[in-house]
Amino acid sequence: MKMDNSKIKLQAASPPLDLKAMAEPNPNSDSRREFLRNVLSGATAATVLMVFGPGATAFSKGAKKSSKAQHQFAYVININNCIGCGNCVRACKRENNVPAAQFRTWVERYVTTKKGVYVESPDGALKGFEKANAEVRAAAKRSFTVPKMCNHCDDPPCVQVCPVGATFKTEEGFVLVDHGHCLGCAYCVQACPYGARFINKDIHKSDKCTWCYHRVKAGKLPACVTVCPNKARLFGDLNDPDSEVAQVFEEDQWMVLKPEMHTDPTCYYVGLPREVV
Amino acid sequence: MNPMNLPADSLVNYIFPNNAEVAWSIMIVIYPYITGLVAGAFVVSSMYHVFKVKEFKPIANFALIASFCFGLFAGLPLLVHLGQPQRAWEIYVTPHTTSAMSVFGYVYSGYLVLLMVEIWIIYRKYFIEMANKTGGLWKLVWTVLALGVTEYHPESEKYDRKFASFLAGLGIPWACILHGYVGFVFGSVKAVAWWATALQPFIFLSSAIVSGMAMLFLMYAFIMWRRRQDYDYVMVKKYAISLWIAFLLDYALEVLELVFVSYERGLHWALIKPLLSGPLWESYALGQMGFLSIAPILVLGVVSLLDVRGKALVYFTSLASLMLVLQVLVMRFNVVVGGQLISKSGRGFVDYEFEFFTKEGVLTAMIIFAMPFVAYYIISRFLPIFERKSLQLRPDE
Repeated sequence: MKMDNSKIKLQAASPPLDLKAMAEPNPNSDSRREFLRNVLSGATAATVLMVFGPGATAFSKGAKKSSKAQHQFAYVININNCIGCGNCVRACKRENNVPAAQFRTWVERYVTTKKGVYVESPDGALKGFEKANAEVRAAAKRSFTVPKMCNHCDDPPCVQVCPVGATFKTEEGFVLVDHGHCLGCAYCVQACPYGARFINKDIHKSDKCTWCYHRVKAGKLPACVTVCPNKARLFGDLNDPDSEVAQVFEEDQWMVLKPEMHTDPTCYYVGLPREVV
Repeated sequence: MNPMNLPADSLVNYIFPNNAEVAWSIMIVIYPYITGLVAGAFVVSSMYHVFKVKEFKPIANFALIASFCFGLFAGLPLLVHLGQPQRAWEIYVTPHTTSAMSVFGYVYSGYLVLLMVEIWIIYRKYFIEMANKTGGLWKLVWTVLALGVTEYHPESEKYDRKFASFLAGLGIPWACILHGYVGFVFGSVKAVAWWATALQPFIFLSSAIVSGMAMLFLMYAFIMWRRRQDYDYVMVKKYAISLWIAFLLDYALEVLELVFVSYERGLHWALIKPLLSGPLWESYALGQMGFLSIAPILVLGVVSLLDVRGKALVYFTSLASLMLVLQVLVMRFNVVVGGQLISKSGRGFVDYEFEFFTKEGVLTAMIIFAMPFVAYYIISRFLPIFERKSLQLRPDE
C-alpha cells in the first residue's frame, strides 16, 4: 500500500539557532557590563513570566521544543481514524522480533453499553477483531478501537526506577532500553502505568516500543506508522512546524492516557473517549 | 454477562496483553520475607546488647547468628529472579541513584558486614580459646578466625563488649533502614494501586520484626526440644509479651492502611475494593487480616495477661508464632503478587497460579528458604550459640 508521508518530515525545516553567536556581545554595544545587565534582566523577567505567567502550563508542555536536540519527536494516535485492522501490531512484531503473546503495541476495542464497557484485545489485535458477541452488539451504544504503546513519557517512571540506568530518555524524546546493561529485574515493568513494558521471553531483558529508533535514525518512519492505512498513527518532529504532529499539537485538541499519573507522555491522542484507560 | 466484581464499570475481565503474567512472583515474595527475618531476629539480639533486657541474654547470640544465617540468603531470591543474574554486580558499580532499588546492594551488604563483625567480636574470645586449646589444622583454622591474635586480656573483653554494644546500636537503625527501604521499593510505585502508600515502609518494618521474632521463637522451641534442654520460662514469658505488643502495632498499621484507603474512597479504592473482595478474599480478608491475625492476638493476649506457665506457655507461644510466621508470609504474598493482580488496564484481574518446578517456582523457594536453617545447623556445630551456663539438662539426660 502506497503511503503519502510527504508531510511527515523528519528533518527540521529551519536550521538550528546558533546559540553561540547569539551569546557573543555585539562589538558595537556600549560595554560588556551593559550587555550582561541586559541579559540578566531579560532572563529574570523571562523566568518570572515562565513560572508565574498565564502561559506557565502551556510553556511547560512546549518546553520540549526548547531542548538543545535538533529533533523533538512525538507520536500522535487519532482514534477517529483507527479501524482496528491490526496492521500496526503485525508490522511491529515483524520489525522488532517481538515474542508471541508479548506486545510493543496492541489495539483495544471498546464497546460501550448501558450496563458498562466491554473491552477486548484478542492477542493484541494481531489478527484484527472479529464481531463482538451478539449480546454485546445488541446493547452497544458506541464502539471504537484504540492503539496502545509506550508513551515515551517526559517524566518516565520506568527510567526513574531502573536500578542500573539501563533505560533512559534521549534528548530527542525516545525512551530506550540498553540491553547491554538491563538486569531483567522487571522493576520498570511494575513502574509503567500503561502496561507497555514486558520481560522479553527470548532474551530475558526488559522490552518495549522504541518508536523504531533504528528506522527513524535511518530517516524512515516507525513500522506501525508506515503500515497504518488510515493515518491513525502519525510520527514526526515537533521542532518542524510543518509536520503533522506539530500541527496536531498546535491545535491543542490532544489528550494523553492516565494524566493522573503525571508521567507527561509524548504520545498524544486525538479523539480519545473517556472510557479509555 | 459479568459474574465477577470487576473495577471501572467493565463488562469483561480485560487485562492489558502484557499483564497476562505477574512479573514478580514467589521469589519476590520470599525476598522481603527473608530480609524481614534478618531484621526481626537482629532486633531481638539488640534487646539485650543495646537495651540490656536481661531476660533475652540467653538468646541474644542465638538471635544474632540466626539473623546472620537469614542474611546470607536474603539476596538469593533476587538473584534467581533476575533475567540477567550475571549482571547483578552492576548494581554496585553503576547504581542509578534515582531508583529506589539502586542502593539496596549497599544497604544489604553493609548490614551483612555489620552482622559478621558483631558476631566476630562476640566470639573472638572463643576463637582465641580454641586456637590455644587445639592443635594441627584446627589450630590454624581457629587462629585465622582470631586473625592471628591469640592473647585475650580482661581489658580486651571490656573493649569487645563496648564495641559489640556499639555495633548492635548501629544495627538497629540499619535494620530499620534495610527493611523500611524494602517497603519503600514497593510503596513508591504509583502505577500499582495496592502498593502505593506511604505506610508501606512502616508496615514492612513492623511485620519484619514480628516475623523475625516469631521465627526465632519457633527455632528456639525446636532446638530446646531437640536438645532435651529446659526452656527458659522467664524469657519465654517476656518474649511472648514483646511479640504480642509488636504484632499489635503491626496489625494496627495494616488496619490503618485498609481503613484509610477505604474511607478515602479515592482513585485506588475503586481498584482495591474489588481486589480484596475478589481474588484476595481468602488470602487477605480471611487469612492475613482474619484468622492469622486475630487468633495469635488472642493466644498471645491470653499468654501475656493470664498466669500461663510451664509447657503451656511454650506451646501457646509456639502456636501463635507459627500463625504469625504464616501471617507475614501471606502478607508478603498479598502485597507482592496481590498488587500485580490488578491489571494496569484498571478493568480486570490477572490470573495467578502457583508454579512448582519452574525457575521461580515453589520448589526453588523452598530450597532457598531451607538454606538459612542449614547454615545455622552448620554454624551451630562449631560455635556455642546458647550460653553453656544457662544449660540445665533435664533429669533423663
